[in-house]
Amino acid sequence: MPNLDIKDVVVRYGESADGSVMALDHVSLTIEPGSFVVALGASGCGKTTLLNLMAGFLQPTSGSATFDGRPIEGPSSERGVVFQHGALMPWLNVIDNVAFGLRLKGTPLRERHERAREMLRLVGLQGVEKRQIWQLSGGMRQRVGVARALTADPDVLLMDEPLGALDALTREQMQELILDIWARTKKSVFFITHGIDEAVFLASKLLVMSPRPGRVVASIDLAFGRRFIEGAKAGDIKARPEFIATRERVKGLVFSSRELAEAPL
Amino acid sequence: MSETPILAGRQAEGLNVASQSLRRFRGRLTYAAKVSIATCLAVVFLWWVAARLEVVPAMFLPSPFAVASKFWTVWSDGFQDATLWQHLLASVGRVSAALAGAIVVGVVLGFAMHLSETARGVIEPLLEFYRPIPPLAYLPLVIIWFGIGEFAKILVIFLGILPSIMIATNDGLKTVSRDTVNAARSLGATRMQVILLVLLPHALPSILIGTRIGLGTGWATLVAAELVAATRGLGFMIKGAADFLVTDVVILGIFVIAAAAIVMEIALRLVQRFLAPWQGHE
Repeated sequence: MPNLDIKDVVVRYGESADGSVMALDHVSLTIEPGSFVVALGASGCGKTTLLNLMAGFLQPTSGSATFDGRPIEGPSSERGVVFQHGALMPWLNVIDNVAFGLRLKGTPLRERHERAREMLRLVGLQGVEKRQIWQLSGGMRQRVGVARALTADPDVLLMDEPLGALDALTREQMQELILDIWARTKKSVFFITHGIDEAVFLASKLLVMSPRPGRVVASIDLAFGRRFIEGAKAGDIKARPEFIATRERVKGLVFSSRELAEAPL
Repeated sequence: MSETPILAGRQAEGLNVASQSLRRFRGRLTYAAKVSIATCLAVVFLWWVAARLEVVPAMFLPSPFAVASKFWTVWSDGFQDATLWQHLLASVGRVSAALAGAIVVGVVLGFAMHLSETARGVIEPLLEFYRPIPPLAYLPLVIIWFGIGEFAKILVIFLGILPSIMIATNDGLKTVSRDTVNAARSLGATRMQVILLVLLPHALPSILIGTRIGLGTGWATLVAAELVAATRGLGFMIKGAADFLVTDVVILGIFVIAAAAIVMEIALRLVQRFLAPWQGHE
């Protein structure tokens, strides 16, 4: 599976030289095959800009974004996206939402429904194929969003705060589900969050970002998620002194970077 | 004498059944619907009282019963060489043809305005220029340019319907979220697939609302369109009746137009519920 490389990228919003906002300031990172990269930071740190860049929704002002060595020029089904609010299509029922990517490719109905049903099983949704989107809870919608992205069989899964709008309980369930899917499909994941706990738990590589301008201030390799996959309970992992120490350290990084950004010049 | 109690019993039973079914029927009506029915009955009653007291001469205000009986005469014998059914069919045909054309052209132009700045620049001033002009004002021009045939009549109605569908389509497209479009693109959608599989279904509820509003305008334009050189049609019938002061036919024509418009409106609402059941659920 190929690498996704961001090299020395600057993204500016706005036309004029002084009136523009620098959303990303010389950011570099690599998403290696099979890794779970989490971008953590307060709002305004350029997390979503970074994701939009990887998805191909946005072009860098300078620097390069490449996938498998080729520059990312636009969105493609090799890089699947899960959106914060689902971005599901209310005119399609659950199974047709999940099968949407295959419909675009012209896959016959029976085959695409079969594959969609498989993906729904993977995200733990069965028996809701014919339901309408508006009849689902927030957690179920996000599962449908994940299943939809998986159906197109992308190499990388880009997730933009997919759990941000969920209640605490559903959120923890979804964290476990996402780790489970990551382990089973062996896809690379880029995951955005502003939850410190969530970030430390999920990441195999954690990027701490600072706002105005958006920068990566720390990159930490972690293995709590892998332990969960190997069979440890999420609650036990999160109660370990090692986890708590890491969390506090990351919290310190997030707050110091924020103070830095807010300090008067 | 011995039969009387039985009869009374049966009558009471019948009355009981009737009141039960009435209650069941009432149960299905919303409060607003009951008020609407009461309002209509009250208006007909006031109309009847006014006609009965001859507040104005019967020639200017015939009673509801006179209009109702005229309905049967015009239905079977016709008025001005065509039966009521033929007049109705001619008008419904014109409005339907104009509506179908306006949906196609309105949706295409609404999309063009959304997708291309150039198209927006070209269409917007023309649309805003002609939209507020009453059809009666440009009717002479349409006749001069396109003659007095069927095409000119449909064109006038079409022009009356078009703006609301165009504007509704364009407004519907404006509310599509960037995420929804991006979701489709990241699944590999081409530009054409985004238009047909995302933008069109997203704008559909709005397009249907525009169609309903446009239909109202279409019926309003009908009489104007049928003023010149028509031989059939409800507008033509009303105009002819007015010329000869046959007031009951004028009122009858108004009621038939209203009824036809209501039937088409209800049909459109059903279409809306069928095609866009997600509306209001997002």
